[in-house]
Amino acid sequence: MNKRILEEKIFKILMYVSILIVLGSLFIIISLVVANGATSLSIEMITQTPTGGYYLGKSGGILNAIIGSLFLALPATGLAFIISLGIAIYLQRDFTNPSISSFIRLSLDILWGIPSIIYGVFCLSIMMFLGLGASLLAGIIALTLLEIPIITRSMDESIKMVPNGLKETAYSLGSTKFETAYKVVRKQAMPGILAGVLLGLGRGIGDAASILFTAGFTDNIPTSVFDSTAALPTMIFHLFSSPIPGVRQKAYAAALILLVIVLCISIISRFLLRKSSKFILK
Amino acid sequence: MSKKLIGEIETQNLNICYGKHCIIKNVNIKIPARQLTAIIGPSGCGKTTLLKSFNRLLEIRDDVKISGKILVDGNNILRSGLNVSDIRKKMGLLSQKPYPLPMSIYENVAYGIRIHNHIDSKKLENAVNNCLQEAGIWNEIRDRLHDPASGLSLGQQQRLCLARAIAVQPEVLLCDEPTSALDPISAQQIEKLLLKLKKEYTVVLVTHTLRQAKRVADYVIFLYFGEVIEHGPADKVFNNPKHPRTKAYMQGEIS
Amino acid sequence: MLIKNGSFDKKWLMDKRKIRDLICTKLMLIITIIVSILFFLIFLILLSKSSLILGSESITDLLFSSNWNPSNGNFGYFPVIVGTIIVTGLSLIIAIPISLLSAIFIAEYAPRKIRKILRPFLDVLAGVPSVVFGLCAFLFLVPLVRDFIAPFFGIESTGLCLFTASITLAVMVFPIIISLCVEAFSSIPLELKEASLSVGATKWETVKKVIFRATAPSIISAILLGFGRAFGETIAVNMVVGGIPKVPSSLFAPTETLPSLIASKYGELMSIPKSESALMFGALVLFIVVLIFNLLGLILLRNAKKRWKL
Ligand SMILES: Nc1ncnc2c1ncn2[C@@H]1O[C@H](COP(=O)(O)OP(=O)(O)OP(=O)(O)O)[C@@H](O)[C@H]1O
Ligand SMILES: [Mg+2]
Repeated sequence: MNKRILEEKIFKILMYVSILIVLGSLFIIISLVVANGATSLSIEMITQTPTGGYYLGKSGGILNAIIGSLFLALPATGLAFIISLGIAIYLQRDFTNPSISSFIRLSLDILWGIPSIIYGVFCLSIMMFLGLGASLLAGIIALTLLEIPIITRSMDESIKMVPNGLKETAYSLGSTKFETAYKVVRKQAMPGILAGVLLGLGRGIGDAASILFTAGFTDNIPTSVFDSTAALPTMIFHLFSSPIPGVRQKAYAAALILLVIVLCISIISRFLLRKSSKFILK
Repeated sequence: MSKKLIGEIETQNLNICYGKHCIIKNVNIKIPARQLTAIIGPSGCGKTTLLKSFNRLLEIRDDVKISGKILVDGNNILRSGLNVSDIRKKMGLLSQKPYPLPMSIYENVAYGIRIHNHIDSKKLENAVNNCLQEAGIWNEIRDRLHDPASGLSLGQQQRLCLARAIAVQPEVLLCDEPTSALDPISAQQIEKLLLKLKKEYTVVLVTHTLRQAKRVADYVIFLYFGEVIEHGPADKVFNNPKHPRTKAYMQGEIS
Repeated sequence: MLIKNGSFDKKWLMDKRKIRDLICTKLMLIITIIVSILFFLIFLILLSKSSLILGSESITDLLFSSNWNPSNGNFGYFPVIVGTIIVTGLSLIIAIPISLLSAIFIAEYAPRKIRKILRPFLDVLAGVPSVVFGLCAFLFLVPLVRDFIAPFFGIESTGLCLFTASITLAVMVFPIIISLCVEAFSSIPLELKEASLSVGATKWETVKKVIFRATAPSIISAILLGFGRAFGETIAVNMVVGGIPKVPSSLFAPTETLPSLIASKYGELMSIPKSESALMFGALVLFIVVLIFNLLGLILLRNAKKRWKL
């Protein structure tokens, strides 16, 4: 009898320890980035592009990487959103039979698990095949591919949650399949979809491996989709690889900027989620 | 304490609130041992809440406040420092919809026994079989004891849940509208079982159908918006209700 | 006339709606097909790109030779594969129990208020970019391992090692497993928990014997997703693993993983066809392992679901 209670007590303690480890690592990460980044953060870092010798410790900023990140992640997320929405709606029972949709879900799961570096290598191969090299376009494509399974998965999950009765109501009012899906999705699954898109955006803006080779690296702000571009994650990676301590410090500042952007996305998504889930039928 | 007393429940000034919303208000009742007590009342009046307070299941929800006393055989089960699982062991629960555990039929019944006793597999098998027989389901499932329990029909599942409940040898069976999700024949089977089981257990039955209460109850508690309006032996309450509200309910004016 | 006109309008409207319906449906079908054959496409490209090295070297040599020396044309992937397996395996061994216990705490034990506070923290952790994980591991874990943990075991280490990489990966995997498991745990009907509790099981017994069982498929897929993240992680590992393609001699020895190897060598080797092809072969191996694990997971999931008809 006592053994049962003892077991519960032990596992409860282990649970406390586990949650402390998880929260502790988050705390360490944030405080490290803030403490190290804040000291080397300056206005010129976010308003200037690197000047010659920036990577040797000279003045300049990383504006090119910030802009590059936005140019890469925003279009990629937009593209991935449209494609994912199509897939997620198509996956519903009304459009396909379950065996096909489960095959598609399996392939999406596999795509989810494919390392981003492979997307990068894959896209670069295709680009070289087409006679293009590392460019903004290649980076956007790589990020789109990376984000599709992420966004689709969370959309699919939230659309699946839509009660059947609601769809039946829409059908019985004479709506077509697509109208039903569209209306129901818009009203009922919106929070999940938004969350998915922002998840994808967060992932896209933070991923370095997929754009390491595809987007290339340059000190200039790209002017066309065929230019190569820097991005925050790759910038951090490059600054970090520098042997000069002062330059390395700048990596922490860049990391702080990236972290703030990602945090903002997370906060916005939380806010939107709360706002849009008001009208949800439970 | 004499053996006759086992399984008597008494509440003293029982109040139960969800947040600021008080559902059960100042309830004082005595549920006699080894009889079938029916709790009746309109929907949403707090029957389920009252029933689940008897085995302290309300505590797993957020935001529930309970005050007062619940005495089982004279011991206040709301006292702090008690071993909750011991209390719950004494009180079997049969819920509105059957919820078989995600295991085989056999394991469902063996689950509770294994937790409380260390017995060898031969004895365990006997005990499980006995419970299944007592719950009147043995003949139907004897060849598929090791199939998933979720494959059974709803009526069979409910009887399996009954077998699972009596497997840990409780003193009281708390039944929350156990027949409302079932077809008439399965409902009848459950009803008969309860009548049989009341010889060994105190049975508390929450029910929506007055006719069922009339058929089976020895003792009746009429609950209305969280208050006990009337309680007493079944024939008295049914044939000669004292309170006008009870009368109205009996005549179907409030439901 | 008026009525006729009205019905004509209506009919035209109906047709328009139907056509729109048709177009959108077909469009979705096309997109879906393209995406679902995407992984065949990736497979084919990787295969064709690695055909050069596969033609000149035997596959067993590539997979099981320990000789990694690109400048001499030796591409033995064995140490890197071993390194990948150990780093990923160790990270999951650390991450799974901690994540499951945390998820149980959040879903079952924590009061609602604390649960509400914890959720956003997990989201933040999930959103931290991998390059930031790498940076923090480099700042915090590397000196910790170099100056305290490795000397404690009597081993000299630079801190850039297998152990550091595994811990980093484990922390990256936490939020994935935790949030998926919390979701699964809280979707269990309250009545099922009540059923177990009311036969006198303690909360922990209910968790162990009922909740874990009822959510087994979700737990398995959560772990698989975590595995995917750990296995393919490139940048963070690259920053702390040491980058030496050698079978690690101890927990605190440097090693190398497949994705990290590709990331650090691709830029420098892509101009030499044979070396590029060899790296593509590495990518192919990575891809195939991901594929195999997904299929294995699928079988596992099917069995778990079938077993208790969940
Ligand atoms: N978890 C909860 N939080 C807040 N209020 C609750 C909760 N559970 C029940 N209630 C409220 O408590 C009241 C009584 O609920 P209860 O389930 O006990 O009624 P009941 O008599 O069993 O009804 P029914 O006959 O429909 O089963 C209802 O008004 C319900 O809205
Ligand atoms: Mg009820």
